[in-house]
Amino acid sequence: MKYIAKKTCALIITLFIVSLLAFLAFQIIPGDPTTDMLGTEATEEARQALRQELGLDRPVLVRYFDWLRGFVRGDMGESYNYRMPVGDMLADKLPVTALLTLLSFAFTIALSVPLGIWAGSTESRIMDLSITALDQIIMSVPPFFIGMLACYFLGNVLKLFVPGNFVSYTVSWSQCLGYLALPALAIAIPRIAMTVKMLRSSIQSQLQQDYVRTSRSRGSSREKILRRHVLKNALIPVISFLAVSAAEIMTGSIIIEQVFTIPGVSRLLLASISNRDFPVVQAIVVVMAAWIVIVNFVADLLYQLADPRIRRL
Amino acid sequence: MKKRADAFLFAGGAISFIMVCVIVMGWFWTPYDPTAMDAGAKFSHPSLQHLLGTDNFGRDIFSRVVDGAGTSFVIALCVVAIGCVAGIIIGSLCGYYGGLPDLILTRVCDSITAFPAFLLALVIVTVAGPGTENIILALGILFIPSFARIVRSEFARCRELNYIKSAKIMGAGGFRIMFRHILPNTLPVLFSAVTIGFNNAVLSEASMSFLGIGIQPPYASLGSMLSDSQSFLYSAPWYALGTGGAIVLLILGFSLLGEGLQLKR
Repeated sequence: MKYIAKKTCALIITLFIVSLLAFLAFQIIPGDPTTDMLGTEATEEARQALRQELGLDRPVLVRYFDWLRGFVRGDMGESYNYRMPVGDMLADKLPVTALLTLLSFAFTIALSVPLGIWAGSTESRIMDLSITALDQIIMSVPPFFIGMLACYFLGNVLKLFVPGNFVSYTVSWSQCLGYLALPALAIAIPRIAMTVKMLRSSIQSQLQQDYVRTSRSRGSSREKILRRHVLKNALIPVISFLAVSAAEIMTGSIIIEQVFTIPGVSRLLLASISNRDFPVVQAIVVVMAAWIVIVNFVADLLYQLADPRIRRL
Repeated sequence: MKKRADAFLFAGGAISFIMVCVIVMGWFWTPYDPTAMDAGAKFSHPSLQHLLGTDNFGRDIFSRVVDGAGTSFVIALCVVAIGCVAGIIIGSLCGYYGGLPDLILTRVCDSITAFPAFLLALVIVTVAGPGTENIILALGILFIPSFARIVRSEFARCRELNYIKSAKIMGAGGFRIMFRHILPNTLPVLFSAVTIGFNNAVLSEASMSFLGIGIQPPYASLGSMLSDSQSFLYSAPWYALGTGGAIVLLILGFSLLGEGLQLKR
């Protein structure tokens, strides 16, 4: 309990620092957003008025706390370009990206753990070598290229699906998930290869431990040792690796949305970067950072459930 | 295990060697001018004249891939160089002298590495604007912590060893000990970190250019070309396959090298 409380405090502090940094990063930018919005021809009075309207004339920290207070309540500020609340702009896009990320994460866990266990416990040398080689090759293929290959071979050649024919979850959950499955898999495949490699070496190093030999000499079967002792120890480092994966999968989602033309945050984010529409970028970055921090928090909790020794540290 | 390490080193070395040779060749000579358009030869299939066919302007894709791979390679090299040199300086000072600065810098590095490089690069590019130099700088800065951490732990380990103590007794100064005595001993670890860093740099640059926030036209890297090829996926699949294949080979070569080096250790 004490551990959880301590970790929760750390979580809140981290979220606070991350939001502060994300906010400050967009305040130190040289140049003035009003120049971008009104053009270089604008009079000083017009700019002053706009600055006042946007609240840019107040001190940075005051603006930060205002923004944070709004953010916690769901008000993410106003876009410079569209003069629209950022929250409204993200409302129908963020869930799509979140769904894609979660689906891909689910694929990664569901496929890599059994595959890794199987790859780690196989005794055949040829299998071992081919798994290693295959792993290395798959890890080298960027997710967006896998996505393009899938679009071409499964979409254009075999006509199994129509690239770009996304159905919103508000219309049909099953069709939406059906369309998202392929991009989610494209993001997950290199991640699965990495997790399998990691889990495999973790299992193999556990199998060489003394306790395995001891149980073996006491008559336990290999399967039983694997299931009861080895897996428990071998999965511990995989937990923190999967937490890192969660972050990478999210950035993968942003990229793959461009390949499969999924209406997530990707296009809005890219447009906002090139238009220097900072409130939008800022909101997206903070949401992403919050997801990473929260995943790490959950991983920490799972970690100590799996390995109670951590609690004493 | 030794045999496998050699196999990895050999395969990775061969792929990387060929890729680097082709890239270096591309700086002096390509079969066609990568930007020369030929309206008569639009979307030619791969043939002996055009190894990977031509694109929507009739430009030779093989020449473009060689050229783009050169850009990606140089960017990745610069990124790794920035990350490695700055990482060595920070890591060695922190690891050798320790104390409060070490504690603070380690914490900062840990928190930076907890975030995907892509997200932070995104922020830097938003603030500084896209462009080749900004991409190199953004990714270079983000790669510092991973190198600094590796170098730091090696220096902290070596600091207490006897040969360092005796070097101190002989009157060697801090810098001489750090860079003459300890640094050479960290090279094996550093080499495999460089190969991993190189792969991450290639991948990050490709991702950002793919999204259009990396290299800006008229320059092209493999990532931006792959993004262009998307519009012609059906009419000219060889464009995407050639470009993507080049990225895969570039990464595969170095990742096999890195894996081999790690197994050797």
